[in-house]
Amino acid sequence: MHLPDIDATCQALSNQLQTYLETYPHSNPMIIGIRTGGVWVAQHLINTLNLPEPLYSVDISFYRDDFNQKGLNPKVCGSELPESLENRHIILVDDVIMSGRTVRAAINELFDYGRPASITLACLLDVGQRELPIQPDVCGAKLALQPDQLIKLSGPEPMTLNFV
Amino acid sequence: MTSDPCQLQLAPNGQLRHFLTTEGLSKELLEEILHTANSFLDPKGQLIQKVPLLRGKNVVNLFFENSTRTRSTFELAATRLSADILNLDIQRSATSKGETLMDTLWNLEAMHADMFVVRHADSGAAHFIAEQVTPNVAIINAGDGRHSHPTQAMLDMLTIQRHKGQIEGQVVAIVGDILHSRVARSQIHALKALGAAEVRVVGPATLLPKDIEALGAKAYYDFSLALRDCDVVIMLRLQKERMQNALLPSESEFFKLYGLTAEKLALAKPDAIVMHPGPINRGVEIESAVADGPQSVILKQVGYGIAVRMAVMAMAMSGQQTTQAGPEAP
Repeated sequence: MHLPDIDATCQALSNQLQTYLETYPHSNPMIIGIRTGGVWVAQHLINTLNLPEPLYSVDISFYRDDFNQKGLNPKVCGSELPESLENRHIILVDDVIMSGRTVRAAINELFDYGRPASITLACLLDVGQRELPIQPDVCGAKLALQPDQLIKLSGPEPMTLNFV
Repeated sequence: MTSDPCQLQLAPNGQLRHFLTTEGLSKELLEEILHTANSFLDPKGQLIQKVPLLRGKNVVNLFFENSTRTRSTFELAATRLSADILNLDIQRSATSKGETLMDTLWNLEAMHADMFVVRHADSGAAHFIAEQVTPNVAIINAGDGRHSHPTQAMLDMLTIQRHKGQIEGQVVAIVGDILHSRVARSQIHALKALGAAEVRVVGPATLLPKDIEALGAKAYYDFSLALRDCDVVIMLRLQKERMQNALLPSESEFFKLYGLTAEKLALAKPDAIVMHPGPINRGVEIESAVADGPQSVILKQVGYGIAVRMAVMAMAMSGQQTTQAGPEAP
């Protein structure tokens, strides 16, 4: 199985989001990337679509649902979020969506900072195998992985997709 | 104590599974504690939102000695990790009716305790309990006799790191009642492992243990000399309740020789910080003008204590979980 070309996938995601935003009824959305890869993708989107800054980040290490199996991520960095997300419109960005558990954890964390007015999910790559009812609003490419396959985004410069 | 306390507190993969002492812990592991603690603080040093990391876990505070701030900060730390916490009132527990310590613990284990935070007047108490409890129960030492107070030492390391940028290369003076101080021992181990340039212990000969230099510290009897070129001055409380002999002529004499005044502090580096693990005896080991002055970070220490305790509780609980993790599914 071949991995999609990273530049073409990033371009496709930018195009999709631009089209999505043409009918987006809200102004000044807040861009939040899920650490680590989602932050790189979010920065790319800010650069190419001239989206509003600053770029915020969410680190879901303390919100994962597999702490009892895998323990604490020793490389936890902490989130960089404003004091309140109350009534804000958010574009949440991740690199690869698979089970949906990372996005679930990120949304849970965002709600601890207030009740957002809306959250739009943008993912670079959708590899299926969902375990939760969470779907991206826009995504750069879809790929059907084998059950034992995992994909990781490396970066930030240059960004590359690799099998783990 | 039968087993090596350092080994006992580590899982086979090197993760922390109990936190009993700073002695013997690697620089990497101590840095991981500081890194994790920092992740519970925002750039301004304020604690982040409550997180759901230990939801469903039961933490039991077992304080056989009096404590206000340590017990409170452990309770706050557990609460901010979303754990359920039980403060056992030892004075009213079955221990006071003759039940042995281990019978009390086994009963609490049967009530699904996941972690014991232990303070005890006897050195080695937390270690003894860690040897006895069943696997999957973490022990955090909140101070045992004169031996160790590792979370206090690590919150002091975090304070130095956040106010001086790094621990490596710092000249640190620990002043006062070293003899009775479990804090000083834990600090010396941590400071040496984290690369402090020099650790000076300062006090009258009666309050400096004879073997203290074996830990890598340099003993000073002259406070003024010890303060020269110091980056960090840590004052300790005179532990009068542990003094069984006449170790001091008087408190006023002690203050004259080893009390930190603004005049004395001027001998240290101009940007030196002043720390104290509390509770402070104003006018005995430190004057109010210094304790409340611009170089004092004493109240900051208390706040950092919550973050450090959150870190070691999360890491110890993590170390108790399976360590056979594969790659994370996104």
